[in-house]
Formats: sequence, C-alpha cells, structure tokens
Amino acid sequence: MTLLLSAISEKFYKCFIYEDRYKLLLSGIGVTIKVSLLAVVIGILLGFLIALCNLSKKKPLNVIGSLYTNVIRGTPSVTQLMIIYFVIFASINWAKWIIAAIAFGINSGAYVSEIIRAGILSINKGQTEAGRSLGLNSKQTMLYIIIPQAVKNIFPAMGNEFITLIKETAIVGYVGLMDIQKAGDFIKSSTYEAFMPLVGTAVIYFILIRLLTVALSKYEAKLRKSG
Amino acid sequence: MIKHVSESIPPTAFEGHYIGGGAPVIKVHNLCKRFKNITVLRGITEEIEEGEVVVVIGPSGSGKSTFLRCLNLLEIPDAGEVFIDGEQINLPGTDVDKLRQKMGMVFQHFNLFPHLTVRENITLAPVKLKKMTQEQADAKAAELLEIVGLSEKAGVYPSSLSGGQKQRIAIARALAMEPEIMLFDEPTSALDPEMVGEVLDVMKKLAKNGMTMVVVTHEMGFAREVGTRLLFIDEGKVLEKGDPVEVLTNPKHERTIAFLSKVL
Repeated sequence: MTLLLSAISEKFYKCFIYEDRYKLLLSGIGVTIKVSLLAVVIGILLGFLIALCNLSKKKPLNVIGSLYTNVIRGTPSVTQLMIIYFVIFASINWAKWIIAAIAFGINSGAYVSEIIRAGILSINKGQTEAGRSLGLNSKQTMLYIIIPQAVKNIFPAMGNEFITLIKETAIVGYVGLMDIQKAGDFIKSSTYEAFMPLVGTAVIYFILIRLLTVALSKYEAKLRKSG
Repeated sequence: MIKHVSESIPPTAFEGHYIGGGAPVIKVHNLCKRFKNITVLRGITEEIEEGEVVVVIGPSGSGKSTFLRCLNLLEIPDAGEVFIDGEQINLPGTDVDKLRQKMGMVFQHFNLFPHLTVRENITLAPVKLKKMTQEQADAKAAELLEIVGLSEKAGVYPSSLSGGQKQRIAIARALAMEPEIMLFDEPTSALDPEMVGEVLDVMKKLAKNGMTMVVVTHEMGFAREVGTRLLFIDEGKVLEKGDPVEVLTNPKHERTIAFLSKVL
C-alpha cells in the first residue's frame, strides 16, 4: 500500500512539480480561458447577426444566413480552425490566440444563431403586434420587447453552447497554441507518462466547466425570478 | 382626460387631402382580404365618424377581427382602400408607425409585456417614441392608472394581475399614446365572467369622453348601452347595420336573426 502511494506521489512529482511543469498547465488554463471568452463574445455577436438574417423577410439575407450555418455545421471545427489560421490569416501577424478565438467564434456563431432564432420565435406573436400597434417600429419592438424576453428563454441553451465551446478549444494545439490539452500532451511526451498528465488534463477541464455551470445556473435562477 | 387629436401629429402633416371636421375619421372602401385560399373579407365599405362607438358583431370566422386589424394595417388589405383622417393608408410609403400612434389597439389576450412592470408597460411607447419624457410619461401613467382604477399596481409585473386587471392595463397602455381612435379586438372574450364588467366599465368611460371606438365583441349589453352603431359581419360582408338597439331587437337579415338567436 505504502509502495503504491509512494509510486503515485513520485509520478505526481515527476509530472507536475519537477521542472515546474504545473506552470505549463497553469498558462494552458489561461490560454483556454482567453480563447473561449473572446470566442463566446464573437460567437454571440455573429450568431445574433446571422439569426437576424435568417429571420429577415429579405431573400438575399436568408441566403447568407443559411449558407453560413450550413457550411459551418457541415465541416469539422479542426478543419475550420486550420483553414482560418493557415489560409485566411496566413499573412496577418496577429497573436495566435486571437486568430484561434476568431475561428471558434465563427464556428460558435452558427450554433448560437440557431439558439437565438429559436428564442426569438418562441416569443408569442401577440407581443410583436402589441409593440407595433403602439407605433414602435420593428427594430424598437425587437430591442425593447422581444429580445429582453428571448434572453431568458435562450439562456440555458447559451450556457450549453459556452460549455461545448470550451471543450472544443482543446484542438488549438493544431495551430501551435499551448492550452490545457496541449500542456498535458507536452508533459506526457516529456515524461513518458500517460496516466497522470491526461487525467490531470481531464480534471482541470472538469473543474473549469463545473465552476462555469454553477455560475450559470445561479445567474439563470436570478433571471427567472425577475418578472 | 382623453385628447382627440394628438398634438404632435396634426392630420395636416400628412400629405394628401385632409378633409377636415365632419369628415369620417375612418373610411373603408371595398376592403378585401384573403389568407391563402380563404377569402375573409369580401368588399367592406364603411365610414366611421369622430366620437362614434361602432360595435362589430358576427360569428367566429366571419372576418370581424380581420376587418379591425386592417384598420391599423396589422393585416394588409388585398384590395380596397382604407382612409384614416382622409388619408389613404394602404399605399406603399405610408408611415405605418406614425399611423399606429394615432390608433390604440386592445387585444383579446391583453399582450402585456411580461418583462416590464405595469408602469413600464404604459410608458415604454411614449418615451421610446419621444412623445414624452420619462417624467411626463410617468405622470401620464399615474393619471391613466387612476382612470382604470389600478393605481396601486404601478410597480408590479403583469403576471401577478388578474385577467380583468391585465386588460385594464392594456387599455391604459394604448391610451398613453393619446390616440384619436381606439380599436378593441374582443377585449372581454378571454376573461372570466366576473371580470367582464370592470373592463366594460373602463370602455364605457372612454366612450362617454368622446373617444372614437371600433369594438369587436360579443357583449350585446355593451353594444346596446354605448354603441352608436352596430355592424353585423358574416362571411366577410356587412350584412346588417344600424342603431344597436334597433338591430338587436328587430334584426332584418336572416343570418342576423340566426346569429342573435344563438347568442342572446
């Protein structure tokens, strides 16, 4: 028993403490969070625009909207990431994490747009009619009446999308970014140990996402309470 | 308490031929509307003058609600003309939003904004449309809440109100824009019977103050008491019209007789 414990602690030391390897993971967490946060912001902005395109009565906007959603949903996110990094931003000298966040934001936008579209459609038509009959134009009705209500309905699905997005960013190693996954992988190859670094990686992601889930459900409860 | 002509939009500000006093505020000529294969309105011609309370009755599916919704272009007529204050409104280029500011509408299902308090429901449109400052709108809301008898509810959300209270708030919300005309689309049909009276009372007050009203309803008592004219619509046509008491006691058209025998 003591033998087993000492073997584990030795491996733990080798994988995380020796040569300050935990610092790799810590900076990996930073990269994952940075990329995810920026990607979420871009995803929501793009998703909102695309949702409006899809809901619009103007044919060309519908075409743009459905083309976007179909292309993004029809191709793997790794492929999209690599195309954006190695092709579209090939000659642009921006920080890697920003380019990666743009790629994930573009990807997330397609899914977010569907969430927003469904959320807007879930609001009773009578709300729009009431707004318009008061003389508000369609933009004002959208802004002051429909969207504030839709946000509540959208929130849980948005939270899920955010969580999915964080896990999706585990592929940024493909464009040379050292996130949590890549850091774990790096430790794995330098120590020839698979168990500790990979389980460690999983635990870090798990804790991150747990924290986020708890925060999101707290906020959701608060949203439900108001009105 | 209720102003007939909104100061901010004099009728003459609209291009065209404003006819002026004595002219009908609403004029409808050969109004037709179809939904896909169903023809709902088959040529309605009608004039409504200032201060009139026109009650529209008819079986469900007869087109009476569609007729009402064509008046503020919630439905776009397929043929015919609608004139408000002498100005044809169903033309491309009509400023629909300006038009609707002159016409309040009350819906069967209230359609209050659930994410806003009662006061905010009332003040949203006048403030966002820059008709009033927030302070002016709040004062207006207080005044209107007093009229509908719900002053103590200003700060609550609609979900805590009864149906009758919701509808009275909906009326106050429409009045906050100081409309010239009020349209009521079955305002008491979704209410429990004991709440119908409180809503009708508010509507009677409005009528007494000279508001021009078009009311789609099944409340024959209201029609009799405050209606200046009654229209019976069936299958998209006005089959009978006249003084409400006269039509309700002595209906001429066989369909009116059949309909009234069912509802009275």
